Amino acid sequence: MSDEEDKKMIDIYVMGRRYKVPEGLTIMTALEYSGYKYVRGCGCRGGFCGACSTVYRKEGEYKLKMDLACQTAVEDGMFLVQLPFVPAVRKGFEIEDVDPKQNDNVLLEKYPEIARCVSCNTCTKACPQDIKVMDYVQASLRGDVDRAAKLSFDCIQCGLCSIRCPADIKHYHLAQLARRIKGRYIDLESSELAKMVEELQEGKYDEELNKLCSMSKEELKKVYDERTFQKEG
Amino acid sequence: MSDGYPEYMRRSIEKVEATRENRADIDFERMKPEESQETLDNFHPDYRKEGKHELKVGPSKGELAPIELAELLESPSIIDPSEIDLSQVDYDVEILIVGGGGAGTVAALWAIKEGIDPKDILIATKLRHGDSNSMMAQGGIQAADKEVDSPVTHYLDAIGGGHYTNEPDLLKALTKDAPEIIKWHEKLGIMYDRDEKGEFVELPGGGTSRYRLHSAGDYTGMELMRVLMDESRNKGVPVLEFAPAVELLTDEKGNVSGALLMNLETNEYYVVRAKSTIMATGGFGRLHVQSYPTSNHYGATADGLIMGYRVGIPLRDMDSVQYHPTGAAFPDQVIGLLVTEKVRSLGGQPVNADGELFVNPLEPRDVEAAAIIRECYGREKGITTPTGMRGVWLDSPLIDFKEGEGTVAKRLPAMVRQYERFNIDMTKDPILVFPTLHYQNGGLMINSDSSTAVDGLFAAGEVSGGVHGKNRLMGNSLLDFNVFGRRAGITAAMHARKGQKPSKLTLDHLTKYNKELKDAGIERKNPSPMLLPEYRGKRVLERHLDVQVTL
Repeated sequence: MSDEEDKKMIDIYVMGRRYKVPEGLTIMTALEYSGYKYVRGCGCRGGFCGACSTVYRKEGEYKLKMDLACQTAVEDGMFLVQLPFVPAVRKGFEIEDVDPKQNDNVLLEKYPEIARCVSCNTCTKACPQDIKVMDYVQASLRGDVDRAAKLSFDCIQCGLCSIRCPADIKHYHLAQLARRIKGRYIDLESSELAKMVEELQEGKYDEELNKLCSMSKEELKKVYDERTFQKEG
Repeated sequence: MSDGYPEYMRRSIEKVEATRENRADIDFERMKPEESQETLDNFHPDYRKEGKHELKVGPSKGELAPIELAELLESPSIIDPSEIDLSQVDYDVEILIVGGGGAGTVAALWAIKEGIDPKDILIATKLRHGDSNSMMAQGGIQAADKEVDSPVTHYLDAIGGGHYTNEPDLLKALTKDAPEIIKWHEKLGIMYDRDEKGEFVELPGGGTSRYRLHSAGDYTGMELMRVLMDESRNKGVPVLEFAPAVELLTDEKGNVSGALLMNLETNEYYVVRAKSTIMATGGFGRLHVQSYPTSNHYGATADGLIMGYRVGIPLRDMDSVQYHPTGAAFPDQVIGLLVTEKVRSLGGQPVNADGELFVNPLEPRDVEAAAIIRECYGREKGITTPTGMRGVWLDSPLIDFKEGEGTVAKRLPAMVRQYERFNIDMTKDPILVFPTLHYQNGGLMINSDSSTAVDGLFAAGEVSGGVHGKNRLMGNSLLDFNVFGRRAGITAAMHARKGQKPSKLTLDHLTKYNKELKDAGIERKNPSPMLLPEYRGKRVLERHLDVQVTL
């Protein structure tokens, strides 16, 4: 998109090997510029899928940092490695069996290792989405499913939290379970939706729909252009 | 204040701020049919004849397709049929699902409900399970479930938005199944935005006449996809990752009898025999039609269109491509990334360099996109970035101005986070946008039960065509993959139950297709499917040695 010749070049180190790349690229596009064609480690390229988890250190620093390759600009002297897969164990369940009213603390039951949390907060620091990971683990421990679900909502399931955890907690699987319990059991069911589904099953809209299906373009155009707009929700 | 903008852009932002209060309550008049047609004709990339190619071979011979797609369709396969040994079957299944995104995963879950044992299903996918455009959808999913709304109104909105080119049967299925899909999602535990009584908080989208859009923050697609995947794992559906289908297999009658997969890491091929095969490979944004940036996933390379076309499925509406009105235009690192329509649903306005509102923020997508292109290239009222990209402002702070401070942060956390990474605070400053290649409106022709013209093959989701005609409305693609993924799963299950194991596995259709190419005098050197797009640096590719290194 931009003219490469005008750009200042910087050094990055991919698993130790140095490449010169134009400033302003993301880690992902810098690796591609250097000649890497992704098979693993690249997904949506927009910060939604967690495929491009990257660990890096900046020259002169001792800290290992973590971020998404597609959402982070390269800096001079970055040492990079990608971790596109986490072999974390996940507990299966039937959604019918995890009603919090029928269970004492289903989160703790499925993931007893959360009791080993030492509150070191490493998970939170590792999270590229800035989620309060430790806080939702603590909420889960207390059986506060609602809070665990809300706090973890922006999770992209990259797994960086679990890689760093000294207690081997599988945060992102725990959080997924919490969110599904909230969606199914804590949130109230919509009565408007239930009514519409019932009406549809009774065939209430069949005739009108069939009528639209058989209309000519001109007839449809007329009805479409005359339709009214709802002003407020 | 954010410091991500250069000084000259900030001066234009000051004009946006100066006009904000007066613009806030303007209900900009929607374009009359004549004006919208004229805007499309003059400024929408689809209406440029030079970008199209008339197909010379195959079931849609004579139809127009974007040049970038036509070149792949009119190419030989990446495999040579004579080199493949089909006598060893590696996976023998009832249902093969090609593609592990939204449509494929929904299909698996409904095939199980229809009585298929999960272990008799195989999802083969190019990248990881869930890697798809479905995951990236931000805005929401349409379903008419309010008192003031009905599937009838939903149908009308969609067919008008699609310029009356949608297939009536498919659109009826889409709008009528919608409430039941949301009901299913409720049972699965998807966390939709609700009010204190449990009713859904719904918004309007471009071209919708009702507030009908259900969302889960601005991570709607991600929330759907991760729950669907979670459920698929609960049921134990086998998934083969990094193993895309490279061609379909056919029996002696030309019916589809499975597919040939390739392990992307070892290049080994696998033979899959299946009674039913569901094509759910998604769209083609990564072809960068007319050199546009794209909001699409890395894997959106039209593979399913190519495989399906070679086996005899006609394409439809391929001449229309959806450019989302608002892709990011600044900074360079995010060019093409989606800025969800929800920014406008919530009240954000597109405004030009002088801070003037120039179009109703919620026109159908193609009209809105054309109006933004017109502002930049017809009226010269866009803002040019330091690297030469043009765009208009999307006044996001207006949302907080009207709805109260904190609304943007609460309702659009993904967007806010994306811009924060580049030192732009979209709750305080507007963001620069320009249309981005977003959706493949057309695709493989399907019937309303997701079956196709060839026995044994079913298709669902973005790879299929007809549901949206020549222009899809916001919130209808998440719905599409649920409605037709479900139908494909059920129909494929019924087909598998009554059918015998395919007697023969061949690649005869490829040999036939290759001959057609030869007879038409077409010789191309870029075999397809593409599988992955090419973004490596020019210098590296020029010095690339094509040798096999033994490990």
